[in-house]
Amino acid sequence: MFYRRAGIRHTTYRQERQLWPLPFDRFLVGLVAALLIIAPFVVDRLYLVAYLLPWLIWSSAALGLNLLMGGAGQIHLGYGAVMAIGAYTSVHLVRFGTPFELAMVAGGLASAVIGSIFGFAALRVKSLYLAMATIAMQYIVDFVITHVPGISGGGMASVEVPPVRFLGILIEGDLRTYFMALAVCAVVALFMLNVGRTAFGRALAAVREKDYAAEIIGIDTFKYKLLAFWSSSFIGGVIGCVLVVCYLRSVSPEQFHLDLSIQLLAMVIVGGLGSVLGSFFGAGLILFAPIVFNNLIGAGADRLGIAIGADLRAHLPLMLYGALIVVFLIIEPLGLAKIYDNVRNYFLVWPFRHARR
Amino acid sequence: MDYWLLGELAITGVLVGAMYGLVALGIVLIYKTSGTANFAQGAIAMMGAYFAWAFSSAIGLPVFIGIPIAVVVMFGFGILVERTMLRRMIGQPVIMVIMLTFGLELLLRGAVPGFLGSAVKRLSLGIPQAPVFLGEMLINRAYLVGGGVSALLIVAAIVLFNSRLGIMMRAVSDDQTASWSVGIRVERAIAIAWGLSAVAATFAGVLWGSMQGVDWSLSLLLMKALAIAILGGLDSIPGVLVAAEIVGVCESLATGVLDPMIGGGTRDIVASVIIVITLLIRPYGLFGHEQIERV
Repeated sequence: MFYRRAGIRHTTYRQERQLWPLPFDRFLVGLVAALLIIAPFVVDRLYLVAYLLPWLIWSSAALGLNLLMGGAGQIHLGYGAVMAIGAYTSVHLVRFGTPFELAMVAGGLASAVIGSIFGFAALRVKSLYLAMATIAMQYIVDFVITHVPGISGGGMASVEVPPVRFLGILIEGDLRTYFMALAVCAVVALFMLNVGRTAFGRALAAVREKDYAAEIIGIDTFKYKLLAFWSSSFIGGVIGCVLVVCYLRSVSPEQFHLDLSIQLLAMVIVGGLGSVLGSFFGAGLILFAPIVFNNLIGAGADRLGIAIGADLRAHLPLMLYGALIVVFLIIEPLGLAKIYDNVRNYFLVWPFRHARR
Repeated sequence: MDYWLLGELAITGVLVGAMYGLVALGIVLIYKTSGTANFAQGAIAMMGAYFAWAFSSAIGLPVFIGIPIAVVVMFGFGILVERTMLRRMIGQPVIMVIMLTFGLELLLRGAVPGFLGSAVKRLSLGIPQAPVFLGEMLINRAYLVGGGVSALLIVAAIVLFNSRLGIMMRAVSDDQTASWSVGIRVERAIAIAWGLSAVAATFAGVLWGSMQGVDWSLSLLLMKALAIAILGGLDSIPGVLVAAEIVGVCESLATGVLDPMIGGGTRDIVASVIIVITLLIRPYGLFGHEQIERV
């Protein structure tokens, strides 16, 4: 029905190898893009700033983490620290008068270098050690940022982001920050969509599936694991910079604690490892499910006259993240993206279920 | 430098280290039998302490009846986790299993304080507050008891590994298929390992809970336990004992010596630094087996 495939004949290789070979997919992508572009003119300001903007930024961060976890099959429990390095580096550079475009790239590079150092330690051995190295990285980076006054601006302090110009446009107000975040998100998403079609992406996929098998067919596994770490950390650093410039407006250590890493990990797992679409789904679910759930429980408790303790409601998000990770890993390890894929496959040939897909 | 102070810090470190080691013991037990790391160990320790509190203070039973009940319940919980979650992950990549246990850690960190209350609970074991004097050194009695009990339990685990059950578990850790073929029930050995590690975590949770109060912060024991498990070698129980002392002493000295210089907070970072240094220099730990991956 919807994703109709009948009657579509590709006559050139180019046509068949495009990103979205089906016209309906192209239409859907165009529709979503158009909706996102007109959203700020239609949607209420509150929804724009409180829902749409964080969703875009968190989705981009989840995409960066997904390159490492879904693309190369390496675990990272300290992605929040990677973003912190990028955010602090770029904000300090901007304060010293560096152009914002350069500061953004420099933030990404700083994240990539420091992130790769921690990856280097653990990538020589099994993936299990990587989990420990990255969680250690989270704590060490937190500690260094908090305890070096030159970085954090003293204990409990936050550093204001000065007004910045991106390509000559002053980034301020809701509209411009939104479009800035949207542009970065689009670039990251396009990169992620295309990386699987390059030699680099295919090498990563080989490493993910079985590292010594990849070694046998001539892929330097260590090099590609490290490269995946490098590029994922680079994206993380840039998104960290976008996060503070477009959303937080000032940077303080507690914004990048383990909580952020946990959120991003949950987004990637719930959304679907290795799926671009999944990162958007996952970010939406993880960001908004606790809010919705909390309101629902509050409303339900009021109606039934049950008192729900403040403790329970305060711990609800963490509980929900944990439960979602566990349930998805056991029941649907490929996440929401796989569920969407199943629906899509069903409708691809809809009334003729027996047809070849 | 004040040598009495250093001595006091070192002795405290040794005792505290033994108590950290109890948490790490669970990680090593599970790694030895099933080859996966348990990132939920901190939250399980917290849950054990919460249950000990719930079965004693909250219900009104004496604490020495409440703790055994909690231990039994947690043993069952460990087996339940293995049966309902880990067994369904057999054959999946290690990274998936790690993420699953980390998800369980988050779930418990949210659910246990959420349902049992997040305010700090008092769990008193009846240990007098007055410190023991050793020359000019003050040693906290609670640390003395806790360290002693922990060391005993770790030694008991080493003894256990030489019993019939222990030999079975060692066989499973060595080669699961071969164990199957000689009639060892592999799943049962792994389930018992999960149960025992939950028991070890419960003891650790109770000992820490009696000192600093029972609340969510007990789950932070995870980092120290990971550091100990890595430093000692993930598959070595004697390694736990040695590494626990090293981590405990390092942490105690860092807190006493470095904190005044850089303004606090080194306590939480020592474990992370030890993890990174171990991975850089000797990733298989002090006593771990260097595994050769065959193609």
